[in-house]
Amino acid sequence: MNSSVIIFPGSNCDRDMDVALKKFGFKNKMVWHDDDKLPKSDLIVLPGGFSYGDYLRCGSIAGKSKIIQSVIDFANSGGLVLGICNGFQILTETGLLKGVLQQNKNIEFICKNIFVKVNNSENKFFENIDKDVLELHIAHNEGNYFCTEDELKSLEDNNQIAVYYCGSDGKVDDKSNPNGAIKNIAGIFNEKKNILGMMPHPERMIDQSLSGEDGSIFFENLLKNLK
Amino acid sequence: MEVNEKIAVDHGLKPDEYKKICDLLKRVPNLTELGIFSAMWNEHCSYKSSRVHLKKLNTKGKKVIQGPGENAGVIDIGDDDAIVFKIESHNHPSFIEPYQGAATGVGGIMRDVFTMGARPIANLNSIHFGSTQHKKTKNLLRGVVKGIGGYGNCIGVPTIAGQTCFDQSYNGNILVNAMTLGLVNKNKIFYSKAAGINKPVIYVGSKTGRDGIHGASMASAIFDDKIEEKKPTVQVGDPFTEKLLLEACLELMSDKSIIAIQDMGAAGLTSSSIEMASKGNLGIELHLDKVPCREEKMTPYEIMLSESQERMLIVLENGKEDSAKKIFDKWNLDFAVIGKTTNSKNIELYFEKEKVANVPIKFLANEAPMYDRPWKKTKLPQKIKFSNNELKKLKFNDVIKKMISHPNICSKQWIWEQYDHTVMGDTIQKPGGDAGVVRVHGTNKAVASSVDSSASYCYAHPFTGGKQVVCEAWRNLVSVGAEPIAITNCLNFGNPEKKENMGEFVECIDGINEASKYLNFPVVSGNVSFYNETKDKGIKPTPTIGGVGLIKDYKNLMSMNFKSKGNLVLVIGKTEGSLDQSIFAKVILDEKKGPPPEINLFNEKNNGETALKLIKEKLALSVHDVSLGGIMIGALKMCIAGGKGIKFNKFKDLINIYQYFFSEDQGRYIIEVDKNNLKKVESILKKNSVHFDLLGETTDKEIIINDELTLTVDKVTEFYKGWLYKYMS
Repeated sequence: MNSSVIIFPGSNCDRDMDVALKKFGFKNKMVWHDDDKLPKSDLIVLPGGFSYGDYLRCGSIAGKSKIIQSVIDFANSGGLVLGICNGFQILTETGLLKGVLQQNKNIEFICKNIFVKVNNSENKFFENIDKDVLELHIAHNEGNYFCTEDELKSLEDNNQIAVYYCGSDGKVDDKSNPNGAIKNIAGIFNEKKNILGMMPHPERMIDQSLSGEDGSIFFENLLKNLK
Repeated sequence: MEVNEKIAVDHGLKPDEYKKICDLLKRVPNLTELGIFSAMWNEHCSYKSSRVHLKKLNTKGKKVIQGPGENAGVIDIGDDDAIVFKIESHNHPSFIEPYQGAATGVGGIMRDVFTMGARPIANLNSIHFGSTQHKKTKNLLRGVVKGIGGYGNCIGVPTIAGQTCFDQSYNGNILVNAMTLGLVNKNKIFYSKAAGINKPVIYVGSKTGRDGIHGASMASAIFDDKIEEKKPTVQVGDPFTEKLLLEACLELMSDKSIIAIQDMGAAGLTSSSIEMASKGNLGIELHLDKVPCREEKMTPYEIMLSESQERMLIVLENGKEDSAKKIFDKWNLDFAVIGKTTNSKNIELYFEKEKVANVPIKFLANEAPMYDRPWKKTKLPQKIKFSNNELKKLKFNDVIKKMISHPNICSKQWIWEQYDHTVMGDTIQKPGGDAGVVRVHGTNKAVASSVDSSASYCYAHPFTGGKQVVCEAWRNLVSVGAEPIAITNCLNFGNPEKKENMGEFVECIDGINEASKYLNFPVVSGNVSFYNETKDKGIKPTPTIGGVGLIKDYKNLMSMNFKSKGNLVLVIGKTEGSLDQSIFAKVILDEKKGPPPEINLFNEKNNGETALKLIKEKLALSVHDVSLGGIMIGALKMCIAGGKGIKFNKFKDLINIYQYFFSEDQGRYIIEVDKNNLKKVESILKKNSVHFDLLGETTDKEIIINDELTLTVDKVTEFYKGWLYKYMS
């Protein structure tokens, strides 16, 4: 499987994502933001970081970058796109995903392990996954997902909410919501479910020596679903 | 403007220093030249009060590739890998403007590291604030933490460890010390020594503005009531630009275009250009109208003294300008050829075709004043006689609660959760352990690092305190299973013109030196920050030591969390029971006098090496060094980290139970071992003549002292983790 990771100036999880994708068997290429064409890919990843310094608004400048039109075309033709953290913010800025990511409710950067409940029906990202609760890691200042009531309703009606913050037992409640996100939303799909944007970083959880290994489950499953 | 003595004094120069300048030049300097002299001759850049003593430091060792004198120190970690590291202070700016002060401190130290060709792989910090009751403390803490996080998180370098201390001596002068470790191939290290004549001098990075003019002079003066007026001298950081600069520099460094490179830190263009020329024994010619400026009508004086951030000066090989420019264009950074190296041995500045300064470089560097200032020795304080009756009145539960939730002991999770500590995917020991540990990317090796200070000990007796800090750094590395290699020091002191403060400095250095020699733990880089004083009140002497060690196979990483119930817990090293200068004496008995705990370097080394042996032979399940709060706090922290309890053996020592549990005797470790391995462990300890006590046994949740259930680990965890969150909410 071929994947591509886009590097924007200020991206800082690009290498981590490259390491993770390769570890689980993707043939990964790095793509510079100023290019206009994507290499042949089965998966495009927008990595975490602070693209263009996150000046103006997180992800907003990256949402207007040269490469982004190719990403949009790829997504609209059904290609699989994954945006992690800043990548999720960029996807909302392009309009590929609904809603916005506001500053965390406690107005502080949060870096810690969290649990998420995953939506494993009818999507290539989580279908057939062994666990429905994963322990992942967040590191962000603007991860507080928000959308209008209508948007929320359509997200729910179309089963587009991809991951919810939850407790280790899978219970979705206020206590397990780290950043104030509406309905504990940690990540969403587009309508066709070929685009996933989420705040948690699976690429930081791929080795038992690190904070955990549930990221491995995500990548292994994704690769299996693509084959 | 005609320069005279008054203007020189306003620049922070002493009248006799001004006279020396006129004598050297055989004329009166113009304003630009005076500005350059004042920047190069101030304490921050010239080390004029400290140089005499810094020379004494132990800086050599088999693994030292580069000692002090470069942008950072470099050590060998095998297989052509080297670690570049340094700690630096940003105290004065952080007190005036905590967010930007702390942020640019982090930015500055990272630049020092990548200037040498290394990719930063870990950040650490040591921060000291005033009393938690002081009205400014909360805002300063919040601002500093946000600043450190704001910069490091954006660059994408994990902040893996740190140290936070509250003490009223920092009420008017906080300390922000930032440390960075970088990884480099030892054959591809870049230095700041220029070589060759007529080589192009290149300016890259951000544009120059009026921010930070005379920042280094500010860092060399004491604070007064007008401190708020100094806000404009604080630089403003832009981590995004630094990230681009980092990537662009590392890209340029992948070939052989660079002869010398120096970041523009304190005293900006002035010190960077002079340093490169001085080290190469060359002259340098700069055309200041070619410097990219972000503000209009900047004068040569302002351009030379600006401390705008995220800038570098590079001496390139001839003919490499175009290929280098392409890289900086790609990263959207300014690139300008602003001058060349010359054989004049002078710094010659031009502005709009006029020569605006011409000074022999040796006057600015070698001829800078050097003072052997008078200093006073500190007597070892008398030991305090603690009354057993008073101790008997105490209740164990109350004491534990008060100690474990004390600001200087409690969990700093509120702080480190705001730092990205997992980016780069190699952090295997997060903040909250004895040392932070990151893997050397793509290898089995890992690098451990910790940062420590013990200002109370140093204040009570600087010589002992100096030794103690080095030992503590050593112990923290040992506790995670790392072989300690070298240290960097950040020497935060009061006014060197006062005999007492100067004495503290001299004796701390002597202490650091003695421990560093004995432990073969050389100093490879560092920084001195004097004049940490507000309205005549100096800080406690605070040498901060950053230690670095190597774990050859990262799978042998050791941690402090108790692993399971039913294991034995041992204390390695002898407990004498001295309470003087302990947190217990200060917090529970309100006794602040007395000598710090003694340091026995033989035991320190022997105990540490034996602990490492136990770790290597996989006989230790968890390890933690005994420091603030003694055995009790050490053991409780291991309980909290592992979610387990402990049943302490019934106490039958000759000393009082409080002395046993709360003394801060040095050179000790607590280790957890499997019952079946006790014989093996005992034999290793005995063979190495290491004293040990059987402390107790791990339990499921209960903490049992004298056969009584005292507390549960959940309750203690609440006290330990809760305090700082409550304080900051």
